[in-house]
Amino acid sequence: MKIQIEYFALLKEQRGISIETIETKAANPEILYSDLKRQYSFSLEPSMLKLAVNEDFANWDYSLKDGDTVVFIPPVAGG
Amino acid sequence: MQFQITNQEIKLESLRRAILRDVSGAFVSFEGLVRNNNDGRPVNGLEYSSYIPLAEKEGMRILSEAKERYSIEAAACVHRIGSLKIGEIAVWVGVSAAHRDAAFNANRYIIDQTKARVPIWKREAYLDSPAEWVNCT
Repeated sequence: MKIQIEYFALLKEQRGISIETIETKAANPEILYSDLKRQYSFSLEPSMLKLAVNEDFANWDYSLKDGDTVVFIPPVAGG
Repeated sequence: MQFQITNQEIKLESLRRAILRDVSGAFVSFEGLVRNNNDGRPVNGLEYSSYIPLAEKEGMRILSEAKERYSIEAAACVHRIGSLKIGEIAVWVGVSAAHRDAAFNANRYIIDQTKARVPIWKREAYLDSPAEWVNCT
């Protein structure tokens, strides 16, 4: 299936782009992040991240579907 | 109720006017400013970025929670993104209420929850070392 991924902050810097669509067999975002972390040497552990699917917060065991947009949310620092 | 992410300079007077009501006997505002140091390191400037659709959605939830918890008339929060210099306003929270206790408490709730929950990131440029994403190391 095709999944769109948007990157922000440190993840955007480490990935080098802000958005991409990938073909994946990952059943959920936890597996997807672990694949991407290995591929691009992301420094952030999954325990430091939150997750959004289709513009709202989601759980790590969410069942990914074709066409979903996923955002891995690094530790926030507003204010 | 308004929660907005903007790349423009934060203009206080129109924000303040938008949340004042005839029944409001109290108005409390908070301004978060860019400081020239963090943990003892000299800071040269900041860059904020945000996942805007989710930031505004989560921000509106925070404002609604504040309205449920405290007796307030109106509340708003604006957070700046992009490059900011020392002394510029990064975030503004305004609350109007009949009485001051609710206004102070709601304002504190909104800024604390915003800092903890809203997807906004800060990259600090230091005078003495390479820039870093705050909270990401």
